[in-house]
Amino acid sequence: MSMSNGMSKLNELTIREAARALRVGSAGRRSTVRELWDACVQEAHARNPELHAYLEIFDADEAAILAAQKRIDTDGDAAPLLCGIPLAIKDNILIEGKIASAASKMLENYRATYDAHVIEKLRAAGALFVGRTNMDEFALGGSTENSAFGVTKNPHDLTRVSGGTSGGSAAAVAAHMAIAALGTDTGGSVRNPASYCGVVGLKPTYGAVSRSGVIAAASSFDQVGPITKTADDAQILLEAIAGIDPLDSTTLPDGLYTSKKKEVKTIGIPTELLVEGLAPDMLKRFRETVDSLGYEVKEITIPSAKPALAAYYIINFAEVSANLARYDGIRYGHAERGDTLLDDYLLSRTEGFGKETERRILLGTYVLSSGYIDAYYRKANAARAQLRREFEKAFESVDIIATPTMPTPAFTIGAKSDPLSLYLEDVFTVLANLIGMPAISVPMGQLEREGSSLPVGMHFTAPQMAEDRLFAAARAVEKAQ
Amino acid sequence: MATVEEVKKLAALVRISIDDADLEKFTKEFDAILGYIGQLEKLELPLDVSSEKPALHNVMRIEGEPHAGGKYTEALASQFPARDGDALAVKQIITH
Repeated sequence: MSMSNGMSKLNELTIREAARALRVGSAGRRSTVRELWDACVQEAHARNPELHAYLEIFDADEAAILAAQKRIDTDGDAAPLLCGIPLAIKDNILIEGKIASAASKMLENYRATYDAHVIEKLRAAGALFVGRTNMDEFALGGSTENSAFGVTKNPHDLTRVSGGTSGGSAAAVAAHMAIAALGTDTGGSVRNPASYCGVVGLKPTYGAVSRSGVIAAASSFDQVGPITKTADDAQILLEAIAGIDPLDSTTLPDGLYTSKKKEVKTIGIPTELLVEGLAPDMLKRFRETVDSLGYEVKEITIPSAKPALAAYYIINFAEVSANLARYDGIRYGHAERGDTLLDDYLLSRTEGFGKETERRILLGTYVLSSGYIDAYYRKANAARAQLRREFEKAFESVDIIATPTMPTPAFTIGAKSDPLSLYLEDVFTVLANLIGMPAISVPMGQLEREGSSLPVGMHFTAPQMAEDRLFAAARAVEKAQ
Repeated sequence: MATVEEVKKLAALVRISIDDADLEKFTKEFDAILGYIGQLEKLELPLDVSSEKPALHNVMRIEGEPHAGGKYTEALASQFPARDGDALAVKQIITH
């Protein structure tokens, strides 16, 4: 069927709209799986030279496209919503036979030998994969400037960062180069770029989604999460990838957490967090958006939330240094040879890792060394436990907790070259990773910066396995826009 | 705070070479980062919080149906930097 005036292009549809377009309705069928794939891939090829959202755009998997079409033709509405939907996948999630480099020279030549659990699930649902998206090397950063293969630019202003570490996935969704995407979130890596690019990003409950086949950054924080155009799509994608997996023993059995409450009535604001570094127009937008939702607003206090950022980075450095010890140039990945075995290690690791990765490996080794482990790593873990208590206490009186996702809109590429200044941007997002609770970023309009209209995000946190409350609140924000 | 010597020692431990120019830069950055994360030292926490047990507990996986032997051998061996048949070829470590 040809497109009528005023109708969005196929690649601009949400998952739900695209699923409808692929099925025969009262007006016939709007699109075949092939047409939807072509629309996304053509846009991906057209925009990628300027945005650099994808590290690789895949050739069409003809068999998968045909199978998805057949399934929709046969099963109609009974076919999964994701059947025939083109998705973008972050470059640290393994797709069998494809390169998975984590945007590092270390793994530039590494070809995945198996599918990640989330990819298996998406394949089973009939989803298609457009390509692998750019990211900060090994998911270490917050702007995608640490990619070994160049920065991803923000679709709203090409002089600005897309956020990170899942910057490529967020830019691909915002620029309609895929219908939706997967990212990973260690300290905000799904929510931060979602906020900067004006899309929805969800970090699920720790253990809700398997990390089998996902390249590890900091294992006590890492979660795979959807990046989508709407909260509704985030829910569709989460339901498709969530569930227990014997290959990730941190995945949660059903019923471990008993919160069944789905609706939101009260919203908590941690006022002491909203003082430093927030621009007046950001604070104003945040307050107005909260007030427009019709919830009862309560001031809450999370005294450990500010020192928690320091605790987050200590634990991140420690786990990163341990996880990245496996890259030694011996079995796979970048392998350089010298005179001795020690030279092999030194050359492979020095050439393979970028600066931020080296920095975190060194800092992680420092905070774990025998003279400092009590002052840093063990203290950080105690602060983490205290933070969890404070959140649990807060959730006795409120249903969700709100902050802005990021203190500012997207910054100019290169503006935060000092590593500490970039770490401080994560003050709101790291909390959910420290306590294992789910959190979502949903667009709350745009702010003006130097002639550009830049999206900003509202951030909600809910108790373990209470993602339904996040979707309810995010839908309310979408409605209020 | 961090010294150039300390950073050098850390680099040797983690098998990374750092040239002199980067060594100075890293040391300076470490001072700022360690200064920031060092604020935790002053944080006062309730005594019982360190001994709190996490909600997750360790689980064992039953090795019910292992995959067929050799199923992944070629895929894995094809990534070896140097191979000898299906074996990974490495430098001789012990000389005699």
